[in-house]
Amino acid sequence: MNKRFVLLLLIFVFPSAWAGTPEENYKTYCWQCHGMQGDGMGLNVRDMSVQPRDHTSKKAMGGRSDEDLFNVIKDGGLALDKSVLMPPWADTLSDKEIHELVNYLVKLCKCR
Amino acid sequence: MYRLIIFFVFIPLVSATAADGNAILKERCSSCHDLNGPAAQTVKELWNRKAPDLFYAGSKYKKEWLESWLQKPTRIRPAGYHYFQHIKPGKKRDVVDKSTLKPHLTLTSNEAKKVTDVLMAKEAKENLVKQGDFKGGSISLSFGEMVFDKFNGCTGCHEIEPNFGGSSGPEVYTAAQRLQEDYMVSFIRNPQAWNPKSIMPNKHTAEANIQKLVQYMIALSKENWNE
Repeated sequence: MNKRFVLLLLIFVFPSAWAGTPEENYKTYCWQCHGMQGDGMGLNVRDMSVQPRDHTSKKAMGGRSDEDLFNVIKDGGLALDKSVLMPPWADTLSDKEIHELVNYLVKLCKCR
Repeated sequence: MYRLIIFFVFIPLVSATAADGNAILKERCSSCHDLNGPAAQTVKELWNRKAPDLFYAGSKYKKEWLESWLQKPTRIRPAGYHYFQHIKPGKKRDVVDKSTLKPHLTLTSNEAKKVTDVLMAKEAKENLVKQGDFKGGSISLSFGEMVFDKFNGCTGCHEIEPNFGGSSGPEVYTAAQRLQEDYMVSFIRNPQAWNPKSIMPNKHTAEANIQKLVQYMIALSKENWNE
């Protein structure tokens, strides 16, 4: 087996080899605005016109369906008539990684 | 006869400089910067990169800026290369843990020139950046800020003046001094083509707006930020 074949096999058969865990992805991409503790008090919030959502608040998160959460992560705030400050992560994270993040968020707010 | 002189005198001189530059890069830069590629393919791999990749430095940086910055480096990313490794919870919000930020090493003018020559020869694949991607033109600071901040939300992560804007990304008020315009267009258009796990999202910004964003960063870079 040559190296290229092994690489193709890895990409198509084991896409999860490239995926981050929800904890890793949350830390890398979400902390900057939603905060290390997920409370919406991230590094970048000082000069923001709209405050990032508090992921630990059942009140702030409870009204959102899993589908809404998935769409807003994938396509950004504008897709749900929300802030342009929430960017789309479709080109960064796979659908599977986004689904896992949604499950992570649901646990963080103790919504279920 | 002249050819012989060129061969025996000039060629060894040129390669000696490149060898010096390569030696400096290997000994003093490679423990933090990736010099050969490819870019990190996983988040964990990204975490292990301590500084920006330099394997496409020649397609990214402006030569004059690079040579001068290496002799007098200043902080470009307020929260370090990976913001999430340099923050702590503060009273109101997360803040930069400055004790974790280290200054960049400084090179002498001779070393900086040698290293710059080697770095500028490291070019990205042709399909990533095209000469002439930036179409030129200018924009006022006020309209530019509207496009950058209100329409695209870039201020969320980038400072547009010292201490105003987000801190997780590099500041952009000197971006056009540092970066080639064609690279800026290409990177905004598709950050993941350069760095698949970059924390810069692809916002699928319309081409005309990408041009305006770069025009805005050029306008910003002409301001005097040292006053």
